Amino acid sequence: MTAGTLGRPRGRQSKPWPETWVAAAFVAPAALVVLLVVVIPLARAAWMSLFDIELTSPGVEPFVGLQNYITQLTNTDFWDSVSKALFFTGVTTALELSLGLGLAMLMDQPLRFRWLLRSIVILPWALPTIVNALMWRWIDNGTYGSLNALLAQTGVIHDYVPWLSQDSTAMWMVVLADVWKMTPFCAILILAGLQGIDRELFEAARVDGAGSFQIFRRIIVPLLTPIILVVVVLRTMEAFKVFDIIWIMTGGGPANATQTVAIYAYRTAYQSYDFGQGAALGYLIAIFIMLLAAVYLKLLRRTGA
Amino acid sequence: MINGPGARRGMLLRASVVLMAAAFAAAGCSGSSASPSAAQPSAGASASAAAAASGAAASPAGEAITLHVLLMKQAAYSDTDVAAMTAAFNVDHPNVTIVPEFVAYDALHDKIVTAQAGGGGVYDLILVDTPWPAEMVKAGLITEITDKIPAEFTSGVFDAAWTAAKYNGKIYGVPWINDTKFFFYNEKLLTDAGITAAPKTWDEVEADAKAVKAKGEVKYPLISSWKQAEAVICEWTQIAAAMGGSEFVDAQGNALFNQGGGLAALKFMKKLIDEGLVDPASLSSTEDDVNTAMATGQYAMTLNWTYGLNVMNDAKSSKVPGQIKVAPSPGEGSVVTSGVNGGMSLAVTTTSKHPAEALQYALFLASEKSQEMDVANALPMWKASFDSADVTKNNPTLFAAAKVQFTGLVARPVVPYYTKLSNALQAAIQEALLGKKTPEQALNDVAAQLPTFQK
Repeated sequence: MTAGTLGRPRGRQSKPWPETWVAAAFVAPAALVVLLVVVIPLARAAWMSLFDIELTSPGVEPFVGLQNYITQLTNTDFWDSVSKALFFTGVTTALELSLGLGLAMLMDQPLRFRWLLRSIVILPWALPTIVNALMWRWIDNGTYGSLNALLAQTGVIHDYVPWLSQDSTAMWMVVLADVWKMTPFCAILILAGLQGIDRELFEAARVDGAGSFQIFRRIIVPLLTPIILVVVVLRTMEAFKVFDIIWIMTGGGPANATQTVAIYAYRTAYQSYDFGQGAALGYLIAIFIMLLAAVYLKLLRRTGA
Repeated sequence: MINGPGARRGMLLRASVVLMAAAFAAAGCSGSSASPSAAQPSAGASASAAAAASGAAASPAGEAITLHVLLMKQAAYSDTDVAAMTAAFNVDHPNVTIVPEFVAYDALHDKIVTAQAGGGGVYDLILVDTPWPAEMVKAGLITEITDKIPAEFTSGVFDAAWTAAKYNGKIYGVPWINDTKFFFYNEKLLTDAGITAAPKTWDEVEADAKAVKAKGEVKYPLISSWKQAEAVICEWTQIAAAMGGSEFVDAQGNALFNQGGGLAALKFMKKLIDEGLVDPASLSSTEDDVNTAMATGQYAMTLNWTYGLNVMNDAKSSKVPGQIKVAPSPGEGSVVTSGVNGGMSLAVTTTSKHPAEALQYALFLASEKSQEMDVANALPMWKASFDSADVTKNNPTLFAAAKVQFTGLVARPVVPYYTKLSNALQAAIQEALLGKKTPEQALNDVAAQLPTFQK
């Protein structure tokens, strides 16, 4: 059957559907879903963000134009939560990328139990985020957590550290939990990129006298740049809107030390009943993410990926 | 300049990025169910509420009815307890199918908001915490039932239990849980330090904690649930009440929490941290964490809800089964004892299509007989239960402590902007405890925000 005869005959005299109609029919269900779960809520949220909607004042919802956006952009709590999100995003993305690259290089080696290594490495990523967060909250518990027990028994610390109770350590502990979970994801993507590199390039470089570091720097890194940028784009967007792992581990505390912008938005909308402000915050987060994505896309273009 | 395939990939990636961002925006704002026009209960919902309020009869006898009920996952009135109560209810109401849903306390408020806010909510009956009636009445989520409450409830239930059910003098819920935080102590650790009786004031708690610490058996004598959550508000309220702070916002909406008992309590909490008497891990500890910590035998004293006593003494999981004792929460000065009101009520939603049956079920769950099913984990709210030897025989000390505390429970502010106030206070209290602000500065900063919350 050729592409031009794909359409279902409509009765004896009817002509086959044009190819574009068939294509549209195939796309329609997915397009409908996107319309229902993305476009309509997006439009509705945009509409809501222009009103002062508080659930505790039903029926009193004046149009305020861009005031909800202005309120948030001049609110120190908002900018504080943005800076927390940026810190979390920068540190987790850098660590996950570095460790993921190292793990991918290791898994790319012709080791005897490579299949086992790959299976074990992927386990943290396979865990649901909620389970991961609960597990790390238990590990980091300052009174009976296993991290304190391990460090005390090995002589690293003398007194138990309340990891999640200090503003100086709480954010690092949620970073650690996220890195533990998401590094395998980065490693698997980078490994796929590594396996696409022609091995003859390595052999030729060695014949020319290149060492391992030079091969890594001159061949592997340049050829992996496109995949690395994709990993960075994906992780940056995910990390910036992090919610679940922090919500479970610290609830945004202590003293808002781990309150990222998504947690701030959640509190505004669902705990304070302020849906107008919540909708504006959702859009501000989306704009931040799109700006970050635009920067990366520009970088991607430069690399020719 | 990029080539053709690269451009196509770029476009695809760009499209994906935009789509993902859009999806996030939608997710981030998924309160879309509460659109400008949808924030009010629907006409049908209002009709149901009106029907309930006007004393509408129950649905025709025998008609199959399904009630969706939102409850809290907890040790007391657990899934199993509720199943047993429901089975008993179904003996006389075989046509009513109860579909209960249990969520953690920290998710309960937000679950109610997201499920009911659009006016087309799925629940007929919801569990409401003490400070919530004001905001839920104002939001049109729960139905007034003042004239539907049987006389025996009005006279037989502790006054404190009604706080979680009332707003502006009207009744919006059937009291179901009457609880407060009690003082739990490890008898052996106190005895080892030469202490023969539970402390009666917070000054005595401090002195006893110093004695226990000096003995050297434990590093921190006290553990508290001071996580940035409702937990820290409950503990602060209880200590504030002991120090004379029973009102947090006056009738005109002015802040009272930044003076008197509220301020004294926060200063005292900070002092306990500075003196190394309370574990700093308390700042990330919930009530469940405190139970686990006390069960390790490494802490001498704490406050917690009723169910904690059983958990801390559970032979299966505790290293100190039987050593944890209970006493009335300490007072201070002229205040003999104090307690935060931890009561909760069952409220019929404005969206329920079967408000009469939902109320019948709530009254059954709250009846004296049902309440006495699980006295090991939850204290009944019926005064008569406390005079019944059959009910109190297994834990007379707990009942004795409760009888004293229940007469003077202090409620967190029942105001429509409670959640905003609570969130701000949680962060402020922790800022003071971490030394980022003085207690005065932290509470004054929240007081300055009150007009914003009240707008």
